[in-house]
Amino acid sequence: MIQIDIRAKLGSFALDATFDVPTDGVTALFGRSGAGKTSILNAVAGLLRPTAGRIAIDDTTFFDSSEGTDVPISLRRLGVVFQDGRLFPHLTVRANLLYGAPRDPVLAAEPPSFDDVVALLGLGALLDRRPPGLSGGERQRVAIGRSLLMKPQALLMDEPLAALDGARKAEVLPMLAELRALRRVPILYVSHQMDEVVRLADTLVLISDGCVAGVGPVEDLTSRIDLRPLTGRHEAGAVLRGRVASIEPEWGLASIELGQQTFTVPATDLAVGQSLRVRIRARDVAIAVAPPSATSVLNALAGTIVNIAATDGPHVDIRLSLLDGQHLWARITRKSAAALRLDEGCPVYALIKAGAIDRHSLGPPPGSEDELA
Amino acid sequence: MTVLDLSPDEWSALALSLQVGAWSVVVGMPLAVATAWLLARIPFPGKALVDGLIHIPLVVPPVVVGYLLLLLLGRRGPIGAWLDAHFGISLAFTWQGAVIASTVMAFPLMVRAIRLSIEAIDPGLEAAARTLGAGRLRVLATVTLPLAAPGLLAGAVLGFARSLGEFGATITFVSNIPGETRTMPLALYTFTQVPGGEPAALRLMILSLVVAFAALALSEMMARRLRRRLDGGS
Repeated sequence: MIQIDIRAKLGSFALDATFDVPTDGVTALFGRSGAGKTSILNAVAGLLRPTAGRIAIDDTTFFDSSEGTDVPISLRRLGVVFQDGRLFPHLTVRANLLYGAPRDPVLAAEPPSFDDVVALLGLGALLDRRPPGLSGGERQRVAIGRSLLMKPQALLMDEPLAALDGARKAEVLPMLAELRALRRVPILYVSHQMDEVVRLADTLVLISDGCVAGVGPVEDLTSRIDLRPLTGRHEAGAVLRGRVASIEPEWGLASIELGQQTFTVPATDLAVGQSLRVRIRARDVAIAVAPPSATSVLNALAGTIVNIAATDGPHVDIRLSLLDGQHLWARITRKSAAALRLDEGCPVYALIKAGAIDRHSLGPPPGSEDELA
Repeated sequence: MTVLDLSPDEWSALALSLQVGAWSVVVGMPLAVATAWLLARIPFPGKALVDGLIHIPLVVPPVVVGYLLLLLLGRRGPIGAWLDAHFGISLAFTWQGAVIASTVMAFPLMVRAIRLSIEAIDPGLEAAARTLGAGRLRVLATVTLPLAAPGLLAGAVLGFARSLGEFGATITFVSNIPGETRTMPLALYTFTQVPGGEPAALRLMILSLVVAFAALALSEMMARRLRRRLDGGS
């Protein structure tokens, strides 16, 4: 269990955040810029001293104002990956990677080994170079490797992809998803990008104005309408969990099992039987009241309308309960909702174009280390 | 005697100047680095006062500093008497005293150059080093000082140059003794005060210029090498 209870004053900004999350898995701290996500991470790392509170991971207490505990930064053994990398410009990549390597032989022998880190992050060709000559993506990969090789008891990542452009991000994101195969430690991941959160995180902590607005599994929080202002209008959507039932290589498609129903996504690099998370944006879901026929849309999932939420505009957001109990959001026009006489309790079909599901919407499910290791 | 033929007296002045300058850097640098680091990175009460005290030699006449040193470190001064009684060390009228005078005069320049270069380092890099398990001393040795290397070099060169030019504090504190405290500026001054001393004074003037230029050229060469290293060449 990661226990965080922090009160701090930063100029006119007050931080008052309390939450407990499981140590097993990736926890995303999500919120707008300036919400206080990074301050929370800095407090855990020891870079910011709270005025009061308690910070602990499992049995290790890093900070407790009531006991007067405040473990020095250098003794916390928490691997921090900063947004800007913060590589040492005067050292080679190799020396950067080994800067935090523990001198204690027992700890040094813990996984991951230097070679494993270099292999996973693709750093072999960079070892003798210096940071000023590296690209943004290369720098972040070195920073991630450096934090792993200190054999941390947890990884703290502060928007490690925020400074990267689309292509660089696509280069680093899959590596982040595989980190836990190298070292099974809790990861706190700060982000303001919902696609990263869905791809990587198991638990979501929503931060708003220095306070915690919600804590829970990613699937639950992203489908809650009261949190919609925080999870984002553009990002509105839901996360479904399923299992890969079959691959159709000739079409480049994979079928995902959701209870009794199946769902098709454009991907072939998945293993049959592998469990998977799929993020479906509300604006990619259409509604039909009868089973559709003669349509190009591959996915028609049967379900029931749970509630209809008006937005301030021409749209309504409809929450559906699928046959297996998972929830889905659909954003359609108010006009269509009226024409179809949609109401709570109506049985409907959710139509989703397979093409609307891109690579970024598919993520490994929580606790998937077994498949990866 | 041609312009470049140096008399034994002139050779001795040159050697003494180089010796005093080098020792000033050796003695002054560790203190200057520690002071600059404290001022740049560690908050403590009375910082403004310490900052002001360090800069005194820049703003008062060197003769005043020399006289103050004589009062403190002279054989009858509080510190000088103590050193003499316990260690048999006497600084007044010795070349070691000249080193002290030069160091004190050069100190603010060294501290300033080093402090500026430490302040230019992103504190985030030092914070990153601490999260990686490095204590304050290791951060200083492996991150701060290597990144401040151009400033350390500038501080050392400034300190050396200031020592070569030291006159007022030296002549007041340790006098003008041939072979012991008569550095180049003192020798030059002495030659201008005796009849027929002009050719020797001229030679020492040229020699001073040559030494100064050589020091500048050497430091520029080293600075370029350092910059190349910090800018990512391997």
